[in-house]
Amino acid sequence: MGKTRVTAEPGVPFIETEREFDAPRDLLFRAFTDPELLVQWMGPRKYVMEIDRYELRDGGTWRYVHRDADGNEFGFHGVFHGTPSPDGMVQTFEFEPVPGHVALDELRFEERGGRTIVRTHSVYQSVADRDAMVESGMEGGMDEGYERLEELVDRLAPVRA
Amino acid sequence: MTAQGLDEVFGALADPTRRAILARLASGDANVGELTAPFRMSQPAISRHLKVLERAGLISRRRRATARLSHLEAEPLREAAAWLVGYREYWEESYERLDALLSTLDRREASASTSRSRPGTSAKPKRKGVPDGQDQSHR
Repeated sequence: MGKTRVTAEPGVPFIETEREFDAPRDLLFRAFTDPELLVQWMGPRKYVMEIDRYELRDGGTWRYVHRDADGNEFGFHGVFHGTPSPDGMVQTFEFEPVPGHVALDELRFEERGGRTIVRTHSVYQSVADRDAMVESGMEGGMDEGYERLEELVDRLAPVRA
Repeated sequence: MTAQGLDEVFGALADPTRRAILARLASGDANVGELTAPFRMSQPAISRHLKVLERAGLISRRRRATARLSHLEAEPLREAAAWLVGYREYWEESYERLDALLSTLDRREASASTSRSRPGTSAKPKRKGVPDGQDQSHR
């Protein structure tokens, strides 16, 4: 089962994720910022990812498209704010089918003994925007079974015990 | 579930004691005494937590003889879980692909690490002496 931790507290327009990788920080940063590497992992397997532009600098813009087997395209774009570095990066994020709803994403890479924890913090314009974003990614989520209820409670926990 | 219902479920879950109570009820109904036992808390305090859980629809309570039993209602929890599961799966699937990519990169670096000057800063990794021929730089 997965190791990605997602936190979405009630009443505030944030989503946080946390995931540990068995690789040093510089390598993680490269995998997140080198377009050649990014297309090899970003998004579920059912999409082919194509990067239109990726200007990795303060004020640079990025755009990529996910294409499914039926030829449907989903575009995303945004702007880098500040110089991206292994210490962290800040960028805006907009899903093109819903223009004007822009999120601000922050990524941090923290190395611990050769392993790296990647944390993301996304700020939406409103709780409703955040919830719509989460719901748009909901397909396939409903078949999760009951049997791991205890694990679910734990994973859901908006506040850590 | 409505947004307000979802808020109540998440609000109810935003407390470690209440999550522990739910986890306990996952293995069977219990009365307030049984639910209080594992905690250093008074029975009235636990009762207040039970009220919050009940209002969120996460538990129901019924009387049997003299005891009042709490029962886990899994459906709201399942819906609330499903709310985030899709988002999480999107990232978990991506990150699993990244795990695989990182391990191949690690091996390549190890076999080509003779004179790398500034690791991690290059947008276009130089594939020094890496003969696997999978260059896709112009897609």
